[in-house]
Amino acid sequence: MPIILNHVNCIYEAGTNMEVAALKDVNLVIPDGQFIGLIGHTGSGKSSLVQHLNGLMKPTGGEVYFDGQDIADEDYDKKKLRSDVGLVFQYPEHQLFEADVFSDVCFGPKNLGLSKKEIELRAYEALKMVGLEDEYFYQSPFDLSGGQKRRAAIAGVIAMKPRVLILDEPTAGLDPKGREEILNLIKKLHEEMGITIILVSHSMDDVADYVERIIVMNHGEVFLDDEPKAVFSHKEELEKIGLAVPTVTEIMSRCAGKGFPVDDTVTTIEEAKAELLKLYKKR
Amino acid sequence: MLRDITLGQYYQADSPIHRMDARVKLIGTLVYIITLFLYKNLTIYLIALLFLGAVVKISKVPLSFILRGIKTIMILLVITAVFNMFLTPGEPIVSFWKFKLTWEGIANAFYLCIRLVFLIVGSSLMTLTTTPNQLTDGLESLLGPLKKIKVPVHEIAMMMSIALRFIPILLEETDKIMKAQMARGAEFDSGSLIKKVKALVPLLVPLFISAFRRANDLAMAMEARCYQGGEGRTKMKPLKYRKLDFGAFVVLGVYLAAAAVLGKLFPLNLIPL
Repeated sequence: MPIILNHVNCIYEAGTNMEVAALKDVNLVIPDGQFIGLIGHTGSGKSSLVQHLNGLMKPTGGEVYFDGQDIADEDYDKKKLRSDVGLVFQYPEHQLFEADVFSDVCFGPKNLGLSKKEIELRAYEALKMVGLEDEYFYQSPFDLSGGQKRRAAIAGVIAMKPRVLILDEPTAGLDPKGREEILNLIKKLHEEMGITIILVSHSMDDVADYVERIIVMNHGEVFLDDEPKAVFSHKEELEKIGLAVPTVTEIMSRCAGKGFPVDDTVTTIEEAKAELLKLYKKR
Repeated sequence: MLRDITLGQYYQADSPIHRMDARVKLIGTLVYIITLFLYKNLTIYLIALLFLGAVVKISKVPLSFILRGIKTIMILLVITAVFNMFLTPGEPIVSFWKFKLTWEGIANAFYLCIRLVFLIVGSSLMTLTTTPNQLTDGLESLLGPLKKIKVPVHEIAMMMSIALRFIPILLEETDKIMKAQMARGAEFDSGSLIKKVKALVPLLVPLFISAFRRANDLAMAMEARCYQGGEGRTKMKPLKYRKLDFGAFVVLGVYLAAAAVLGKLFPLNLIPL
């Protein structure tokens, strides 16, 4: 049940001098089960793009298909769509509102009109999935630490059992440890639930270790769309639009530039380590 | 939906109206509002319409943009009109039960609606062409004499500029929170009244928390910069009248005189009273 974007355009404030084209002729196919990194600079249209995927924004031109149906159709079930395509916004902890964590996670499933038993089961599973222990369930969400709040907020979306999970800058404002934990959590969600994941970020370092496909956005257009290694081979073009290859790739390419015979297309620390050890053993 | 609220919004453009001193625009808006309430006849509204039309044209703000503000007061307009039409005593045209539709009522409703619309359009034109900072600077300078009788003019102006500055921020925040809750299946525009009110809780709680957080941060940032009230404070951009502003005062004077004199001497009435 792929998502298909067909010539999607989105223009804000059309007809005034504040007219901005957030998306320009975007064509994408997002197949099931893929782990995708959506990269772009601030204002590149990545947030607009993901909001089109669950119908929060309507394209001003073109169509978005989910399960082969145009989601802009009048009779399309928007609620169903939003439970199928879960969207976790930036700073999701700012949207917590209930008196305790558990009820807040219940909010999503409750809106789907499920039975009380089912709602609570889903909330429990979701909280377990994101690694929040029972002791936090009945605390006020405002008493949790930053990383825990973020987990609770992500659980609030997972509890709707989406088949596609989109996370908009899930690591924004977290310390390195929190960042690592959230990224590992997302990887675990992908592996255990087998769902499609779209990870939105402006940092290649965030996504290099995890994703199998990278979509680079620039000025509302799809700039690159390929597997990580192929995307990172466009080092100069990426730098021109204000992005960078992952730090390890940068280091290795500089080594190669100094004349060391190393592979400069590596993207993870593990691969870089193997390359460097190989070089060390040869000497 | 939230984008329809034009209150306190600024429309970036390069026009004589935009370049004008904020004090001129404040006085101009005041004069304009006074003329709207001077007399109750068509002449004055024709003159006001002409004046408003000219200013809108010069300001380069698209008409559709200005008229958005009216959409939000549409309900108020309709209610005012209906009440006036039926509850003003006078010559009845049609009557049923306790209500009488009168000529005087229709005229009253018409005048009131025109006044309200002109009022909104005129004042939103001022905020659209003046940045909140200019606006409060102008206000502070105009109210300056009140300092002598211990009115905290600077503090009032500061509070106003903070309030104005926060309108777009909080609107954006509201939009964001609404979207985030909609992504969790919340619905804000359907169901019974009770359901709608209940649906506001997931919106208002995060919004209030965010407003308090922002207020806290701002207070901290102001204190970190050693902010203190008006005494002895200088301005980065002191207000200064220029040629354009004196020209605008002349135009304003002519408009006021024309409205006062023509409205009195040649009153066009909507109905033969």
